[in-house]
Amino acid sequence: MVIETKGLTFNFGNQTVVKSLSLQVPEGSIYGFLGPNGAGKTTTIKLLLNLLKTQEGDIKLFGLDFKDHRKKILSQIGSLIEQPAIYAHLTGKENLVNRALLLQIPESRVDEMLTLVKLTAAANKKAGNYSLGMKQRLGIALAMLSDPKLLMLDEPTNGLDPNGIIEIRELLIRLTTQHKKTVFISSHLLGEIERMATHVGIINFGELLFQGEIKELQSISQPMVLIETNNTVDAANLLTKNGYNVVEVKDEHLTVTYQSKEKSAQINALLNQNGHSVYSLHKVQKDLEKLFLDITQKPAK
Amino acid sequence: MKGFILSLQSEFYKSRKTLGFWSAIILPVLLSLLVFLVMYDNSAKLAPLPGMMIWRAYSGAIINIMGVLLPFFVIFVAYSINSVEHKADTWKTLFSLPISKWSVYAAKYFYTVFLIFVCLLLFLLFTIGTGNLLGMIKPELRFADFHMEWALTQVFFKLFLASLGILSIQFLLSLIWADFLKPMGIGFVCTISGMFMVGLNWEYAYLIPYSHPMQAMVSMMPHVKGKGRDLKAEYIVNIFTKELYVGLIVAVIVFIAGYYIVQRKSVK
Repeated sequence: MVIETKGLTFNFGNQTVVKSLSLQVPEGSIYGFLGPNGAGKTTTIKLLLNLLKTQEGDIKLFGLDFKDHRKKILSQIGSLIEQPAIYAHLTGKENLVNRALLLQIPESRVDEMLTLVKLTAAANKKAGNYSLGMKQRLGIALAMLSDPKLLMLDEPTNGLDPNGIIEIRELLIRLTTQHKKTVFISSHLLGEIERMATHVGIINFGELLFQGEIKELQSISQPMVLIETNNTVDAANLLTKNGYNVVEVKDEHLTVTYQSKEKSAQINALLNQNGHSVYSLHKVQKDLEKLFLDITQKPAK
Repeated sequence: MKGFILSLQSEFYKSRKTLGFWSAIILPVLLSLLVFLVMYDNSAKLAPLPGMMIWRAYSGAIINIMGVLLPFFVIFVAYSINSVEHKADTWKTLFSLPISKWSVYAAKYFYTVFLIFVCLLLFLLFTIGTGNLLGMIKPELRFADFHMEWALTQVFFKLFLASLGILSIQFLLSLIWADFLKPMGIGFVCTISGMFMVGLNWEYAYLIPYSHPMQAMVSMMPHVKGKGRDLKAEYIVNIFTKELYVGLIVAVIVFIAGYYIVQRKSVK
């Protein structure tokens, strides 16, 4: 495990922000850390980076403890927390050169990073004049400068346009598949995480509600068959009589639990034989968005 | 140690485009230029003065102005060096680098001390330099007759030492508070009170670091009643005075306390 926490708990005053969190992030994974705003994601990342003092519980990064191995751990992590921390009075390139100086990285790497995040043309502009997306890309370049084994990115696609989001996504996938890096990425958007993560942790009100491979999350959510007919109510009655599990009936369509391809064909045949006009019938692969809402909308205890 | 040196280099790299850094250079340049021009304009009045007196008059003008400005300059530099991180929200990055917090903190502190030192060193060099230049341009001013390089070196060194107490307090205030008003406000009020304490000859003024630069000035350039041959023209510099010890002790205590505050500082 690259990141492993046990019973991690953190309070701001008498408000518990992180509750007994046990994270398990395996090597080479893209771990999507999902949760709505204010769920405790940033606090968790700050705890993982030792920016906030651990109050209760235990954190191990690369199997090491912060107490004795602070430098060793931090030298293998690149991070981007909240808004990227950028010196506005320096140019984009100077921001990278300054970090390279601190980390003793050759300056050639700075140009590589600028190319990677497509900031070469704006390299000598003041970073204070960058757009939000450019700042975000510079932040990612700063995080990746030292070629760290673990990247911790807090909402890295904030402020990026769709193209920028796709680029970042592809970059992260490349890093993990080709370069054996591990990426810990937080987001409040399931769709974004779904497209790249191999593992997911869902947090709300500081509690971990789900953790596992993305496949497991998908398997929790059952596939459905969505049917459009001229009379959904009668169709629903007919299907129920014939032993199908109707989940939902609406004016436009009804949904039935998916069983198999053959069963879907039989549904179609049954409806046709009984005089229903079937306008469309298709399998809804998953409804993670809904699942996510179900999971995160549980009231706070 | 390596982390400290790297951080020190980075401090220079970051600050070299800020007003805090440039003020350490601009202040001595402007001030010595100003005094140079005033003296040049008044050269007829100054011509009868012997070499020692003309040096005393020339350097005294610079030292008097900069001595008053020094505490404010220290307050500003301490603010400037810390505000670079506050503004960019970079404390969190600095403290998640594989460099010890001690190195990051100490490098920032000593870089601030270094800037004050450079500023006073430049004051020394420009005072001597522009004085000699004036002597060359206006040979009737007898700058060449006398040398007070050593005395001036001691004067500026004394002022440097006298500013360390204020520096460490202001550094800590600017480190803790991100805003401009709190450290500046406290600094200004304390400095002006410090000046009054010296002006009123309060016997415990030496315990207040904010009064040290003014105390140093008064002790080095005593006012002598009556003019004429009795006027003490040379500077009287005693480096090791009780306010120096107070200043150094305050600096060390605040510096170490600051480190513990940084250690415990959770980055929110």
